[in-house]
Amino acid sequence: MEKKEKHIDRTKLVISIRDLHKSFGTNHVLRGIDLDVYQGENVVVLGRSGTGKSVLIKIIAGLLKPDKGSVNVLGNEVTAISYSGLEQLRLRIGFSFQSSALYDSMTVRENLEFPLLRNSKHLSRKQVTEAVEKALEAVGLSQTINQWPAELSGGQRKRIGIARTLIMQPAIMLYDEPTAGLDPITSMEINELINEVQQLFNTSSIIITHDLTCAKETGDRMAVLLDGQFVQEGSFEDVFASGDERLKSFYDYNFIT
Amino acid sequence: MHDASMKLKQKQPRRYIFTQKLDTFFFDVYAFGQFVARFFRALLLPPYEFKEIIRQCYMIGVKSLSLITLTGFITGIVFTKQSRPSLSDFGATSWLPSLVAIAIIRALAPLVTGLITAGKVGSNIGAELGSMKVTEQIDAMEVSATNPFKFLVVTRVIATTCMVPLLMLYMALLALLGAFVNVHSNEQTSFISFIENGFHNISFLDIFSSLLKSIVFGFTIGIVSCYQGYNTTQGTQGVGRAANTSVVLAMFLIFIEEIIIVQITNWFRP
Repeated sequence: MEKKEKHIDRTKLVISIRDLHKSFGTNHVLRGIDLDVYQGENVVVLGRSGTGKSVLIKIIAGLLKPDKGSVNVLGNEVTAISYSGLEQLRLRIGFSFQSSALYDSMTVRENLEFPLLRNSKHLSRKQVTEAVEKALEAVGLSQTINQWPAELSGGQRKRIGIARTLIMQPAIMLYDEPTAGLDPITSMEINELINEVQQLFNTSSIIITHDLTCAKETGDRMAVLLDGQFVQEGSFEDVFASGDERLKSFYDYNFIT
Repeated sequence: MHDASMKLKQKQPRRYIFTQKLDTFFFDVYAFGQFVARFFRALLLPPYEFKEIIRQCYMIGVKSLSLITLTGFITGIVFTKQSRPSLSDFGATSWLPSLVAIAIIRALAPLVTGLITAGKVGSNIGAELGSMKVTEQIDAMEVSATNPFKFLVVTRVIATTCMVPLLMLYMALLALLGAFVNVHSNEQTSFISFIENGFHNISFLDIFSSLLKSIVFGFTIGIVSCYQGYNTTQGTQGVGRAANTSVVLAMFLIFIEEIIIVQITNWFRP
C-alpha cells in the first residue's frame, strides 16, 4: 500500500509526556517514558504483550493515574486536571479499544448516537442521524446501522468502534491493538482506515501494536517499548536497521515465520 | 541500585495486620463503604440521569411483574392451606384472614419480594456490569465523557430502591388474593368480609415497617450487585463470580436487615 503525503506540523505539539512512571504493586510497568506527538502525526508504540503499551494510552486518556511524571494533552496537564476538565478534554480524544468495547445492549445506531446525544444536546434529531450516517459511511459500514454488536464480525466491530470515536470529531486518536485477532486482509483494511481517518480529519494518533505490518503501514514514527522504557525511536526502517538484538527476534517473527 | 532494592522488596514476605483473609475482609468492607459514600455524593450532584432511571425502573420493576405475580399468588394460597389445619384444631378458622394478612404484610411480602428481586435483578445487574467492565465498555463510556458511575450505578440503585417497595405492595395484594381464593373456596367468605377481618389487626406501623424494609432491601440489592459488577476482575470467570456473589451477599444482608428492622419496630409497638 502506497503511503500518501502527509502534513505534519512539527511546531505544534499535541501530546507531550515527560518522565512517566507507573507501577502495579511491585510490577514497575513504565519507567520514565518521554514522548512527543505532533499535529497530524501517527506514532506507533511497538512492544511485546505486557510491556505497558495500553497502560500508556490509558494514562493519556485519563483512565489511569500515573505514579510520577507529566502528561500534557492539547495544552492540558492530565495529571492535574479537574474531572469536568477531563471530560471536556476527552471529547477531543478518540479511543479505539482492543476489544472494540461496543455497548452490547445497544444497536450500532445507538452506539454511535450515545456520545453525541450526551455531549451535544443542542443537536436536532435530524443532525444526529446525519452525523451517525456520515460516521458509518466513513468506515464503510452504512448497512449495519440497525444491527446489534453481537451480529458483527471482529473487523466490523473494530470499524464501528472507530466510527463511534469519529462522531465527536476528535483531534487525537488512540488505537489500542487495532489489528489484534483479525485476519491479514481485515487487518490491512483497518490499517487503510487508520490512514484514511488521519487524512480526512487531520488527527494525530498513537497506535499501540505488536503487529509490524500495521506499524509499517500506519506509522510516521515508531517508538519501541521494552522493560518500561523506549529503547528505539525513529522511522520503521531506522528502528529495525539499528541492529538492536532485542528487536531482531521481534522483526523475524513478524516477517519471516 | 533501584532494581536491586525492587528485587529485595519482592523477596520479603508480605506482612499482614491480622491474617491475609482477615485483612482482605476488612479491605473489602472499607472499599464497599467508599463505594456507598461515592454513591451518595454522585446522587446529590448534577447531572441527573432521569431518562436512564426511568428505563431502569421499567427493566427492574415491570420485567419482574410476572415472577412476582406468580410467587405472590402461590405464597398466599400455600400459606393459607398450611395454616388452616392448625387453626381448625382450635376451632379458629375464622381467624384465618387475620393471621394470613398479618403474616403477609408484616413478614412474607417484603422478605419474599426482597429475596426474589435479589435473585432475579441482583444477578442480572452483577453480570451486566461485570461483563461491561471486562470488555472495557465502562472505560469506553468514560472516554465518551460520560460518568459511568452516575449512568450505570446511581440509576440502578435508585431504580431498585424505588421499585422493590412497589413490587412488595403488589406482591402483598396478590398474596392476599391467593389467600382469599383459598378461604372463599372453603368457607364461602365474601371479599368484603375477608378484607375487613384481614385488616382488622393491621396497623399503620405494620405497613410502614414493611415499606421501610422494602426500601432498605431495594437499596441493598442495587448497591451490592452494582459494587460486585463494577469491580469485576479476571474476565468471564469474574463475571460469573460477580453475579453469584451479588445474589448471595444481597440475600445474606436482607436477612440481617430483616432481623434489625423487626427488632426496632417491635420497640414502637404498644
